[in-house]
Amino acid sequence: MLSLDFSGTLARWPEIAWGAWTTLWIALVAMVGALLIGALAAWAAMASRRAVRLVPQLYVELFRNTPFLVQMYIVYFGLPSIGLRLTAYPAALLALSLYAGAYATEILRAGIEGVPPGQIEAARALGLSPLRTLRLVILRQALAASFPALASQFVLVMLASSLLSAISVPELTAVANNIQGQTFRSFEAFLVAGAVYLALTALLRGALGKLERRVCAFQWAVR
Amino acid sequence: MFQTYGVVQAEYLVEAMRWTASLAAIAMLGGAIGGALMVVLRLSDAMIPRAIGGAVTYVAQGTPLLVQLFLAYFGASAIGLDVPPLAAAAVAFTLWASAFLGDIWCGAIETVPKGQREAGLALGLRPRQLFWRVVLPQAVRPAIPPTVGFLVQVVKNTAIASIIGFRELTRAGQIVANVTFQPMPVFLTVAVLYFALCYPLSLAARLLERRLGSARIGPITV
Repeated sequence: MLSLDFSGTLARWPEIAWGAWTTLWIALVAMVGALLIGALAAWAAMASRRAVRLVPQLYVELFRNTPFLVQMYIVYFGLPSIGLRLTAYPAALLALSLYAGAYATEILRAGIEGVPPGQIEAARALGLSPLRTLRLVILRQALAASFPALASQFVLVMLASSLLSAISVPELTAVANNIQGQTFRSFEAFLVAGAVYLALTALLRGALGKLERRVCAFQWAVR
Repeated sequence: MFQTYGVVQAEYLVEAMRWTASLAAIAMLGGAIGGALMVVLRLSDAMIPRAIGGAVTYVAQGTPLLVQLFLAYFGASAIGLDVPPLAAAAVAFTLWASAFLGDIWCGAIETVPKGQREAGLALGLRPRQLFWRVVLPQAVRPAIPPTVGFLVQVVKNTAIASIIGFRELTRAGQIVANVTFQPMPVFLTVAVLYFALCYPLSLAARLLERRLGSARIGPITV
């Protein structure tokens, strides 16, 4: 018979809260890293030279067609053998940024390709410098177009960060694992962790929705 | 015991691929059945089935697959069952895939123009006929590319089952890495083997997307 006892798990709420906070900031830092990598790779993907275009293509295909867990093991366990020894946090952030960056590349590239060439020509004809054209016409619209996809990517990065528990980064899943190891109330510990993840997802979606209205505000102004 | 990473160890990894493929197949077949059920729930006229379908999707997409896997694994022992990792993984992956496939297929059904339904009703078709003869045949085409694309996610995510001790490709990689002390070549081989499984599927999804002319439906999963 199933009898649940949450007291042991809930008594350790400060650890759980700390784990949730760790999960959030890791997701945030990794997402910023992914956006930087993604922007760079999307830019390289539009280069006129074939050899330059090949690099981001290879990166995207390699990282999107292998599991994040294996990529993380290569970074954390494999890199030391070629002389690059990273502790858990930098390894986790590097692996997560690289993985999410591959998806961000594709999202940003699609967003940039979605800007009609006529608009760029019009901006140039109006006398806007190439840099201002890039900033005001291309990037702003590309960002607005790719925002929803990037927002769901953010949530997915947050959820994927649970795998960092496998290299002992003390985020939410690792905290739950720790608690279940000591209370022997495994099911309850992970039920609580799942509920906290749901709350984090809702929080993140809400915040990103607010941000989206701001980033895309100019679209409403035009209409 | 020390071992040097060589042909024997690489063969062990290649053999472990069949457990990755098996779990992916179970998840995809179970997910197809569960996904169809999710579509029925979410497109139902009654409020309660719709709410259940929505809640299952929300929970499956709002919590990490690893936590879902732990819940299946420890939930079984909480009700007094001693299940092998494969059984727990099969249950968790089936539920997870059901939610995502249901989402993808609901999206595909929504792409069928409303006018088609109205025209069917005007022609005097009953709701059941309308669904089977008008809506479903038109929803199949846009559903195929994202379904194949999701298969890539399923194959990749089976790696997570290694954490509860299911001996598939990633777990085999850990075992070999532990006895050879050569994690770099071992995990690179593991990555290459996953790539060999996933890349053809990714290519197929992209080709189908171009051929069937459907945009990406549903979420991209990590």
